Amino acid sequence: MAPLLKVETLSIAFKTRKGDVQALHEVSFEVAPGEVVGVVGESGSGKSVSAYTVIGLLDQAGRITHGGVEYDGKPVEGRQRELRGREISMIFQNPRAALNPIMPVGQQIGDVLKRHALAGRTDARAKAIELLKQVKINDPEERVDSYPFELSGGMCQRVMIALALACSPKLLIADEPTTGLDVTTQKATMDLVRDLTKARGMSVVLITHDLGMAAEYCDRIVVMEKGHVVETAPVVQLFTSPQHPYTQKLIAASPGPRSELADLTGGLPEAPPSIAPPRKREPGPERLLEVVDLVKEFPKRGGSFFGRKPAPFRAVDGIGFQMMRGESLGLVGESGCGKSTTSSIIARLQDATSGSVVFDGQDIVQHPAARFARMPERGRIQMVFQDAHDSLDPRWSAAEAIAQPLRRISGMRDGGEIARKVAELAEMVGLPANLLSRYPHQLSGGQKARVGIARAIATDPLLLILDEPTSALDVSVQAVVLQLLDRLRRELGMSYIFVSHDLNVVRLLCERVIVMNRGRIVETGTAEEVLHAPKDAYTQKLVSAIPHFEPERLRAS
Amino acid sequence: MEKLSRIGGRILQAIPPVFGVIVITFLLTRALPGDPAVFFAGLMADDGTIAQVRAELGLDQPLPVQFVYYLGDLLQGDLGNSLTTGQPVLNELAARLPASLELTFAGLFFAMAVAIPLGVLAATRPGSWIDHLCRVLVTAGVSLPTFFTGLFLIYVFYYLLGWAPSPLGRLDFLYLSPPPVTGFYTIDALLAGDWEVFWAALRQMVLPAVTLGLFALAPIARMTRAAMLSALSGDYVRTARANGLGGARVLWIYAFRNAALPVLTTLGMVFSFLLGANVLVEKVFSWPGIGSYAIGALVASDYAAVQGFVLCMALLFVVVNLVIDVVLTLIDPRVGLES
Repeated sequence: MAPLLKVETLSIAFKTRKGDVQALHEVSFEVAPGEVVGVVGESGSGKSVSAYTVIGLLDQAGRITHGGVEYDGKPVEGRQRELRGREISMIFQNPRAALNPIMPVGQQIGDVLKRHALAGRTDARAKAIELLKQVKINDPEERVDSYPFELSGGMCQRVMIALALACSPKLLIADEPTTGLDVTTQKATMDLVRDLTKARGMSVVLITHDLGMAAEYCDRIVVMEKGHVVETAPVVQLFTSPQHPYTQKLIAASPGPRSELADLTGGLPEAPPSIAPPRKREPGPERLLEVVDLVKEFPKRGGSFFGRKPAPFRAVDGIGFQMMRGESLGLVGESGCGKSTTSSIIARLQDATSGSVVFDGQDIVQHPAARFARMPERGRIQMVFQDAHDSLDPRWSAAEAIAQPLRRISGMRDGGEIARKVAELAEMVGLPANLLSRYPHQLSGGQKARVGIARAIATDPLLLILDEPTSALDVSVQAVVLQLLDRLRRELGMSYIFVSHDLNVVRLLCERVIVMNRGRIVETGTAEEVLHAPKDAYTQKLVSAIPHFEPERLRAS
Repeated sequence: MEKLSRIGGRILQAIPPVFGVIVITFLLTRALPGDPAVFFAGLMADDGTIAQVRAELGLDQPLPVQFVYYLGDLLQGDLGNSLTTGQPVLNELAARLPASLELTFAGLFFAMAVAIPLGVLAATRPGSWIDHLCRVLVTAGVSLPTFFTGLFLIYVFYYLLGWAPSPLGRLDFLYLSPPPVTGFYTIDALLAGDWEVFWAALRQMVLPAVTLGLFALAPIARMTRAAMLSALSGDYVRTARANGLGGARVLWIYAFRNAALPVLTTLGMVFSFLLGANVLVEKVFSWPGIGSYAIGALVASDYAAVQGFVLCMALLFVVVNLVIDVVLTLIDPRVGLES
């Protein structure tokens, strides 16, 4: 069968101040009618650039230097405006921002229908409702008048799908459609995309960094690295016998339900063994942390001007758990489950409404967060934040960022001593010394993550709270950072609270896992138990929603 | 319904600033030097008469009591009498306010008519000649003071070219002012069907309005350009394009409507600035508005008139911001829900 889409030796260059930068190097792939092709790769691999070229939305600075794109046997050049929406459509990541914020969603769907003469003034609304029904939005008659900010992220993505499918195109390009959504929402959304496109016989190009997703939903996979296509193969073949070393590395680095920490980098630890001598800890109570009946309420906004205040929202609803010295505990749940609030109360960045947190024999929630910041205990609990970039001051070099807690919390004054300590910390986290004078924008994602970790361990904490420390990193970088964190914990005798939505990652680092839902703990157990034999219904749903690419399972199917 | 209650709430919020303004104007006049009782009693008065006048005026009462009297007078629309003309201040302000408002609206209209298309064009073609023109105009607008622009325009268009009528007030003395309905000469002339007066009034207004407009143009053009740039690079514009929507619809319905929100907020601010800039422009063009009235009153130490002027301006500020907020609430569904 003739391919529907043919990308042939496509090269793209971007004009920048430093001259042309080649983003794509003779990229070729094809999509047959009805086929689902996954384009996978890490950031900067050029997977999105190829998609934007197909649909003609490439940035003005980018231009084709070689090759081209054919749709239905004819070059797309010059006719992309007609193709868009009617023949080829696209869904994006961050669906809420991708919808017009001040226009009801039904009207946005109607606009697309009217543009392609599929609806008139009178029937646009009815057709929009019909489309919302097809993407399984509850109460479509009501939702058609909603604004994007009134809908959840998952609902917004459904509206996006309705928009993209409004004119029954033959090809759908999905650019990281579920990045930032919860796993259960991700599964529901992707299942919907698969069912709807299959029913219409559409072809799909799924752009993703998540190999599990690609394995679950694609027929064939194109692996890209730095603007090159390194491998193209059917799903089973790609995962069972990957040919290219980069593909092998990528597959190894993606944590699955059975992978081990050492497997992630193909058995070779990338960081050199640490030179730091094991710390001698002063003896303390065996129980490091005890959380009792912790509650956090947020006042709800809204109510009419004269109306009564609504009842406060309970983000954390009476949770309690214990943690032993040296233990590593995973805190898992979907967005809004209260895991981040819990962790920031334990880190004493937020005050609790009620309950107690006994840390190292002392109740620490009785001190207001503002005062705790100046207490010596501040150095005993430290945090590694989710966004390695945003949590670094852009005007401070890496060395200054790491030195800050040494000055402020540990009270070090001597410049030479601080510099020595900073160099030692940098070595411990595997940050080359010549990078210490650089500023955050001059560092890569993995290097920034190392700076964040070095800063957190600078005060020699007993407890480190890690809030999704790797969720913004590429898998190969994530693998190395996870290994680093595991090694540091053993060598420095720290305890971890690892907050994450990704059970597979949590399992690699934590012995015990707490699953939270709606401010409550629904299940506690060892990581293996929770992941392989979940008892609670919610946990079961969570676990089953994680996309897998176990080669054995693929071979069997 | 929710919107109505939000608008109601916003209107209630306008009350405290109004009250604050009243308190401040009241205290301001009490703090100024000079004793009104001595002034009113006349040059020949002895201490007894002065005390009598003071009691008549209520100035022997404690300040809070005086304030209550003052509030009572305000509620009856009594702003006191002007010392220089002996007329009630309210009447004088009412006669001059339309002149100022007409000029301000004309200036704002000119500024919007130039700045918004310019900003949109500059944003759609960044780096082009129109973008550079926009930048030059914005820089000129902020760096030239209004009295200079006013005098410069008079010099070129009245003195050198002779295109503009003499810059002396709202209407050439050859014409009679139209029968007052709104107090805006152009509109009143149209209502009376008198085209000749309409053109005459318009010709008088062009130079001062352009002077004000050049001043107002800079922030509007800059904000339009910035807001359009960010809207055009927004994800929702990309979505609209990806679904095949046409250039004009994407530009105006998707990008411009979103960009209009910050521009509208800027407009409210610019209007307030213009009320202030009016004072100088009216002086330069001998425009009989409240700005030139206030300067006269200040020079003559006419406290009641100054007080009335300050109160009037403050109320205008409050009303303008209230109107902008209400309009924003009506067109932006998210108002009050974010943050």
